[in-house]
Amino acid sequence: MANVIKKPGDLGSWLMHIFLGANAVIMLYPILMMALSSFKTNKEIFTSPFSLPRSFSLDNFAVIWSQTNVPRYFINSTIVTGLSVLVLLVVGTMAAYALSRYKFKGNIMISLFFLSGLMLPLRLAIIPLFIQLKALGLVDNLLGLICIYTAMSLPATVFIMTGFLRSLPSELEDSARMDGASEFRIMVEIMVPLITPAMVIAGIYNAVPIWNDFFFPLIFIQSPEWKTLAQGLTAFFGEYSVNYGVLYAGLTLAALPIMLVFIVQSRRFIAGMTAGAIK
Amino acid sequence: MATIELRDVTKDFGGVQVIHGANLSVQDNEFVVFVGPSGCGKSTLLRLLSGLEELSSGEIYIDGERIDHLPPARRGLAMVFQSYALYPHMNVLQNMSYALKVAKKSKQEIEEKVHAAAEILQLTELLDRKPKALSGGQRQRVAIGRAIVRDPSVFLFDEPLSNLDAKLRVQMRLELTNLHKQLQSTMIYVTHDQVEAMTMADKIVVMRAGNIEQVGPPLELFNKPANKFVAGFIGSPAMNFFHGQVVGVNNATYEVKLENGAQFTFTAQNSNLAEGDEVDLGVRPEDLQPGTGGHGTMAGTATAVERLGAQTYVYLRSPIEESMIIHHAGDLDVQSGEQIDVSFDLKSCHLFGPDEQRIEFEG
Repeated sequence: MANVIKKPGDLGSWLMHIFLGANAVIMLYPILMMALSSFKTNKEIFTSPFSLPRSFSLDNFAVIWSQTNVPRYFINSTIVTGLSVLVLLVVGTMAAYALSRYKFKGNIMISLFFLSGLMLPLRLAIIPLFIQLKALGLVDNLLGLICIYTAMSLPATVFIMTGFLRSLPSELEDSARMDGASEFRIMVEIMVPLITPAMVIAGIYNAVPIWNDFFFPLIFIQSPEWKTLAQGLTAFFGEYSVNYGVLYAGLTLAALPIMLVFIVQSRRFIAGMTAGAIK
Repeated sequence: MATIELRDVTKDFGGVQVIHGANLSVQDNEFVVFVGPSGCGKSTLLRLLSGLEELSSGEIYIDGERIDHLPPARRGLAMVFQSYALYPHMNVLQNMSYALKVAKKSKQEIEEKVHAAAEILQLTELLDRKPKALSGGQRQRVAIGRAIVRDPSVFLFDEPLSNLDAKLRVQMRLELTNLHKQLQSTMIYVTHDQVEAMTMADKIVVMRAGNIEQVGPPLELFNKPANKFVAGFIGSPAMNFFHGQVVGVNNATYEVKLENGAQFTFTAQNSNLAEGDEVDLGVRPEDLQPGTGGHGTMAGTATAVERLGAQTYVYLRSPIEESMIIHHAGDLDVQSGEQIDVSFDLKSCHLFGPDEQRIEFEG
C-alpha cells in the first residue's frame, strides 16, 4: 500500500480513493436498502422505494415477532451455527494440532484425507448421506444438520489451522516441556492462545455459509419447528409476498448476527489474514 | 549443584548416527562449554541431556542417579533456548512462574521465587510487560529468570547469546559468568563462538561430526590441542598449518622437510613415525615472527595487511600457494604486495602426525 499511495493529494491516491469509495457504496447500498425498507409500509416501498422511511416504525418487526415463525427459525439457526462452529473449532484444532506438531506414521495420509474433503462437493453425496442420516434417526433433527456442517467444514478448518500451527516455533513446545507441562496442557495453554486469529478466521469463514445455507435444511428438515432462517424465510415469501416490509424485516434480522460477529471480530480477522506477511 | 555423567551416548535420526558414543563427566559447580562448528552435534547432545530427544543407546547419570528414562521436567534441569522461547501471550511474571504453576507450588512460594529471581536479574520493574515489549537483552534475562525460579541442579544454555548484538553479547557474557558464581550450580553451555567458550568455560568440550575431540580447561586446549582439528578450531585467527614429510629417522630424532622448503629436526620419545610419513606443523599467528632466524624460515607475499595500531595482522601467500597469517603485537610496517620472510621457533609449535593426532616432541 505504501508504494501505491505516495502522498495524500496526488492523482493516483485520488483515483484509488474514488475507486474504493465506489466499491464500498456498491457493496453497502443493497444492505442499506434492505434495512431501510424494513421500516417502511408496503405502500411506501412502492411509491418511494429510494427515499428514507417517513417514520421508523417497528410494525414490520412486531408482525415478525408475533405472527410468524421467524423467532423460532432464528433460534434454530443460532443453535445450528453456534454448535457447528464450536464443535468444528474444537475438533478441527485438535486434528490440525496433531497433524502439524507430531510426526507419526500415516500423518501424510490423514492430511491428504482431510485435503480431499476440500475437493469433493458434499452435495454430490446427498443421497447416501440422506440414507445414512435416516438410519441414524437424524433426519428432521437439528443434530443431523450440526453433524453435516461440522463434517463439511472440517477440511477447510484443518487446512487453515495446520498452516498457522506449523508456523509456531517448536522451541515454545520444548520450553513448556522443560517446564513440566503435559502435551495437552502445552496445546491448550501455550499453543492455542497463539492461534486465536486463525480460529476467528476459521470460525467466520465457516459460520457464514452455515448460517446462510439453504440446501441441507431443505433436504433434511420437514417440520416447521426445526426449520432454519434461510429455509424459513422462503416459506414466508409465499405467505407474505404481498407484504414486502415484513419480508425485508425478516431478511434484516437474518443478516444481522453475521454482520455483528464480523464487525466485532474484524480486527482479529484481518490480523489473522495478514499474519506472517510481515515479520 | 550436581555432577553429570554421560556413558556411551549415541543418537541416530532415521538410521543416520549423529552422536557416536559420547563419554563425558561434569563436576559439581562446573561451567562446561560445548563448542564446535555447525552440525557437529553439540545442540543434539544438549537436547539428549535435557530429555527433549531420546537416546538411541547409552546412559546418563545426574548425581549418580540414572535419568535418561525420565521426562524432561523430572530431570532437575532448566534450559535457556537460543530464541528465548518466551510465551508471547504471557507477561514476564507469568512466563517466569509457569513452571512453578505446573508443578502446583503454592501462590506464596511462586511469588517469593519469582521476585527473588527478578531481583537478581533486575527484572522487577518489567514483571507486567509482555515479551514483545522487551529488548533482546531483557528477553534473554527473562529466559534465564524462568530457568532460575525452578531452582535446577543443572542449567543448560543453547547458544543463548547468538541473537544479541556484539556489544550486548559481551555484557551478557560477563553477567552469565557472574550468575554462575552467584548461583553455584552446574552449567552447560552450547556455542559455536570460541571466544565465548574461552572466556566463560571452566572446561571446554570440542566436538566435531558427532564425536568429542577433546575435553579440558580453555588454556590446556589452546596450549596442547589433542589433534589438528582442535588446534585449528581454538584460537583466533586460526592456527597456520604447514604440510611436510619425515625425511630422516635416527633413534628418537626425526628430520622433517616442509613443502615450502623449511627443514627442521626434533626429538620425540614416544612416536612411531617412519620415514615418508606425512606430518603437519601448526604455528599460531602470534608465534610466526617477521624476519629470519628461529628453527625455520619461510617466505611469503603479503596479500592483505590490517594495521590496528596495537596489533597488526599480515595475510601472506607462500610461493607454493600456502596461506598464512601473522599476528604481530604493535605496529609492523609491511605493505600489501611486499615480500617478507617469517620464521618460527619449534618450542611454540605443534606437530600432528599422519592420523592428525598431536605428537609430543622437543625442538
